[in-house]
Amino acid sequence: MVPCALLALLRGEVLVNPGAFRLERPSFPLVVSTMIHSLFLINSSGDIFLEKHWKSVVSRSVCDYFFEAQERATEAENVPPVIPTPHHYLLSVYRHKIFFVAVIQTEVPPLFVIEFLHRVVDTFQDYFGVCSEPVIKDNVVVVYEVLEEMLDNGFPLATESNILKELIKPPTILRTVVNTITGSTNVGDQLPTGQLSVVPWRRTGVKYTNNEAYFDVIEEIDAIIDKSGSTITAEIQGVIDACVKLTGMPDLTLSFMNPRLLDDVSFHPCVRFKRWESERTLSFIPPDGNFRLLSYHVSAQNLVAIPVYVKHNISFRDSSSLGRFEITVGPKQTMGKTVEGVIVLSQMHRGVLNMSLTPSQGTHTFDPVTKMLSWDVGKINPQKLPSLKGTMSLQAGASKPDENPTVNLQFKIQQLAISGLKVNRLDMYGEKYKPFKGIKYMTKAGKFQVRT
Amino acid sequence: MQTDNLELKKLVYLYLMNYAKSQPDMAIMAVNTFVKDCEDPNPLIRALAVRTMGCIRVDKITEYLCEPLRKCLKDEDPYVRKTAAVCVAKLHDINAQLVEDQGFLDTLKDLISDSNPMVVANAVAALSEIAESHPSSNLLDLNPQSINKLLTALNECTEWGQIFILDCLANYTPKDDREAQSICERVTPRLSHANSAVVLSAVKVLMKFMEMLSKDLDYYGTLLKKLAPPLVTLLSAEPELQYVALRNINLIVQKRPEILKHEMKVFFVKYNDPIYVKLEKLDIMIRLASQANIAQVLAELKEYATEVDVDFVRKAVRAIGRCAIKVEQSAERCVSTLLDLIQTKVNYVVQEAIVVIKDIFRKYPNKYESVIATLCENLDSLDEPEARAAMIWIVGEYAERIDNADELLESFLEGFHDESTQVQLQLLTAIVKLFLKKPTETQELVQQVLSLATQDSDNPDLRDRGYIYWRLLSTDPVAAKEVVLAEKPLISEETDLIEPTLLDELICYIGTLASVYHKPPSAFVEGGRGVVHKSLPPRTASNESTESPETAPAGAPMGEQPDVIPTQGDLLGDLLNLDLGPPVSGPPLSTSSVQIGAVDLLGGGLDSLIGDSNFGAPPAAAPARLGAPISSGLSDLFDLTSGVGTLSGSYVAPKAVWLPAMKAKGLEISGTFTRQVGSISMDLQLTNKALQVMTDFAIQFNRNSFGLAPAAPLQVHAPLSPNQTVEISLPLNTVGSVMKMDPLNNLQVAVKNNIDIFYFSTLYPLHILFVEDGKMDRQMFLATWKDIPNENEAQFQIRDCPLNAEAVSSRLQSSNIFTIAKRNVEGQDMLYQSLKLTNGIWVLAELRIQPGNTSFMDLELSLKCRAPEVSQHVYQAYETVLKN
Repeated sequence: MVPCALLALLRGEVLVNPGAFRLERPSFPLVVSTMIHSLFLINSSGDIFLEKHWKSVVSRSVCDYFFEAQERATEAENVPPVIPTPHHYLLSVYRHKIFFVAVIQTEVPPLFVIEFLHRVVDTFQDYFGVCSEPVIKDNVVVVYEVLEEMLDNGFPLATESNILKELIKPPTILRTVVNTITGSTNVGDQLPTGQLSVVPWRRTGVKYTNNEAYFDVIEEIDAIIDKSGSTITAEIQGVIDACVKLTGMPDLTLSFMNPRLLDDVSFHPCVRFKRWESERTLSFIPPDGNFRLLSYHVSAQNLVAIPVYVKHNISFRDSSSLGRFEITVGPKQTMGKTVEGVIVLSQMHRGVLNMSLTPSQGTHTFDPVTKMLSWDVGKINPQKLPSLKGTMSLQAGASKPDENPTVNLQFKIQQLAISGLKVNRLDMYGEKYKPFKGIKYMTKAGKFQVRT
Repeated sequence: MQTDNLELKKLVYLYLMNYAKSQPDMAIMAVNTFVKDCEDPNPLIRALAVRTMGCIRVDKITEYLCEPLRKCLKDEDPYVRKTAAVCVAKLHDINAQLVEDQGFLDTLKDLISDSNPMVVANAVAALSEIAESHPSSNLLDLNPQSINKLLTALNECTEWGQIFILDCLANYTPKDDREAQSICERVTPRLSHANSAVVLSAVKVLMKFMEMLSKDLDYYGTLLKKLAPPLVTLLSAEPELQYVALRNINLIVQKRPEILKHEMKVFFVKYNDPIYVKLEKLDIMIRLASQANIAQVLAELKEYATEVDVDFVRKAVRAIGRCAIKVEQSAERCVSTLLDLIQTKVNYVVQEAIVVIKDIFRKYPNKYESVIATLCENLDSLDEPEARAAMIWIVGEYAERIDNADELLESFLEGFHDESTQVQLQLLTAIVKLFLKKPTETQELVQQVLSLATQDSDNPDLRDRGYIYWRLLSTDPVAAKEVVLAEKPLISEETDLIEPTLLDELICYIGTLASVYHKPPSAFVEGGRGVVHKSLPPRTASNESTESPETAPAGAPMGEQPDVIPTQGDLLGDLLNLDLGPPVSGPPLSTSSVQIGAVDLLGGGLDSLIGDSNFGAPPAAAPARLGAPISSGLSDLFDLTSGVGTLSGSYVAPKAVWLPAMKAKGLEISGTFTRQVGSISMDLQLTNKALQVMTDFAIQFNRNSFGLAPAAPLQVHAPLSPNQTVEISLPLNTVGSVMKMDPLNNLQVAVKNNIDIFYFSTLYPLHILFVEDGKMDRQMFLATWKDIPNENEAQFQIRDCPLNAEAVSSRLQSSNIFTIAKRNVEGQDMLYQSLKLTNGIWVLAELRIQPGNTSFMDLELSLKCRAPEVSQHVYQAYETVLKN
């Protein structure tokens, strides 16, 4: 049974002890050169709902500088990621509507800290499914245990989710019930053996009855299309995400039909770089479970096909307070696949009071407060192109807007990697069984913007 | 707490970490458990124990933990060793002395050669952390062998370990280009790492070592090509990472624009980028703008100028102006784009546009005046000081082409006192320009503005400028025209480039906070602890000699950096006058009058300008400090110039760098002191290592022990353009005010130019103060020698002097140390000498010359003086004179 005082401690509470209570600052001069000193989690309304200190306690008041910056920024996304204060630096990331603010005191590579913070968020997401304020509050003990394992004295210790999960088991409903009855907790009673091995990313003694390896090739198109429909920039951000559930120590080799596409790649540490350089095949011992095998970037303009087009006619007349609005979406280079999940988003001008529109398919909403127009189109049928037509009314006395709104497009195309990347074959060495293998392709819109 | 339950053990350890400080006596009882756990058969328990130990910040306990730690550092299991390495850093933080005494640092250094890459990485991390608090200690002493070990470990350790190793590699200076290339080759695979911090650290190493590679090398080109894709990839990461990456790319683009010159499009702004990313991207777009891509860039910028975000729109408009200045061929297009934007009548767009059009006029004078009419239409909508000032400048500059210029300026004049200083100053200048161009109809206007500026204003800048114009106009309208309407230097292409010296330093800090702030760490890291200036390695080919050049000849006191830090307060008080340099552009006023020894830079000159005024005398409120010019120094100056080259004076030390360019925004000053025929002078060499032209030089000394002061203003006749060097001989006198310095011969100097004021201090050799009539009468010498108490006598040794008695005597005489008598006692020559300092202090010397072991002589010097504190410096002067 764990004493409740200890759990309180894990939660970051300060114990009231009749003898000595306050954590006093040490009397000797402190030369602190820890990487990350403390971490504060702040929600969008500006409450600090969790704090963790890896060394001496840094007062919460340091966050006042952050709040100042938050107030100055019009939107949460615009809070600068590096904020100097008289004695510290605050580095923050904003994800899932939570600010993760790290406090550092010396010259530390900021990317180091920011990468680490993103890793923390990824870990939470991995553990709890979603990363949100209520979930973090519900799992506060696990959160503290995980944070304690991730950093030692400010040095990253265990950041691979495989290893962390061996140290601290993620909560499941069953385990929560069992824990309540038996009074045990999530701390694993085995120490992570993976940390000792030459493949620190993989835990040992993995066993499955069904051995399977799935790979998802997901490509996102970032593009800016100008008024006339010509492409200003277009690039593809691709990733290969893997879900590998294989027994033992499998050694995998993945080869591509057209590896020349991949000239700008970032690999998971498990990939053998030399093999890639000489043979252009991916050779690796995979971590157990979900992981990102590689990410790549295709920027050469001629290689980027633009799968959809937008026809638009948005205009205001000088004399009247009414304007015309018309948008049509159609497929372009889709290699015969269907474009689905199409959503059109447009931030209308401040002066627009309301819009009365009729879609040929799907549903649309216009929020008169935020002036956000959203049209959920669904699938594009090339025979009958979806369109949204109607009028906009301007606020009385408002001047005619000079610029037209930018249209943001979301869409999905299944079974297609728009860059043309194709996996040739996947082989496994080192183990005797025959695994089940699967490859899936998908193309999505990333930041896909059409200027009108 | 001796439990086998691991979970409980962890929690108990956690409790200990947090509460040991408040109950140190209780914590001591835990020591035994740690010692025991450090010998547990399970390596993970050993590691856990050593990890926890280091977190207990109680002095008493630390001592007991040394033994277990020592064992763990030599543990057979790499996991324990790697944890123990970090523990040394923790312990060092608590008690540095203990760690050093116990020899842990050496053990840590040995771990760099460990077989396990993780251990190497952690040892490097720990050593780097310790080194940060001990800048002088040479902890990370890298040599080719250890570099090789690090590079091997680099491939196999964790991503965080790679960052530590790469940052450590960046501090190494390869011995030649071959070594640099081989390191680069082994670091390039890191550019494909998924962790952006690893990528950026690798970029740092490559950028730094590339400096050593010859540009003709094939490998150099390959490397350039390899650097672009990872940088572009960083821009598809999360916005926070993008921001840091963009700040660094900004530096890289300035240092090596060729890397990203074809990647302009990735910097195009998406409308939902966070504002901090947008602004950075815009900055880089302008840096990459060239004739080849300007059309595309302009189209984008115009698009941005119609966005919603005010800050971003403003910067986009400014960017258009910067493009016009940077790419001459695009200027016309930029101007018409700006005019289109002005037509939108969006208030802040119009104001920004006017500010940049002013800059365009500065760069291309008399080319786009046709737009002035459009600008004037928007006069009333301007409410920001910068825009108002810009508009007023344009009206003043082109007054002859604007029919109603006087009306326009008069309309501004009505609310003169409510305007900001910037606008007031511009208005004053513009009206004076107008008057000089159209004197007949605007006399009243100019009278009005001058009296507003001089009589009704509390602002000293405005008042001073007003007086200057007033006197100029009243004395010599022709000269005034020459000054005020002088042709202005064209503004430089890119005004916001980082100084090359600073840029080179910042390149060494890629990926750190310094690179985000574009300031060297010394400028912002608290306390400046452990800050060592880094610089790029020089290019060294393997077949050339690697011998480093000798900086200054040994024994020359000028070569030493004076260790005296000027007390800022004093210095500022004395040097305040320097700030008076008028902000007028144009030739310096001193052409019409010679003011020698004038403390006030303007003083007398202005008085003489008032002389016979035909314009109306300025009011009696004229500053009282305008005293009569001090002309005593004049004759000295001419003496000096005639003497140069005819007589060899006393010994002159070679020039030493007094003010490095890094500390003075690109101005480098080196110099020395000379004494020739009774005149002292300071020979200066000014080098402009900045990007902009330097003008308006002035110099001033702080009060010093011997009252040294400049006898004439610092005359740099032509503006100093980038990379130009001038040599100046500044005559000095000793009539300045006196304050005893420590050391005695310390001189604090302030030099001003159009950029800023810079302070430095230097030590002058005392022999420049030995006067020509320092020969004492024999009787007088004997009497004085007896008179001075014996405790004032100081004795010194000068070893290995290559001269004999005759030569010594004549050598010293040329530095005004006079031999009064010579005796030979027991085969040794004795010289009796005297010298006098400028302030009348006599120094008597007895010099015993003994033949040394070789052909050199050993001299024994006894000095007697009523002010014994000078003896030490006189001795140094002897040594300097005799040994050079």
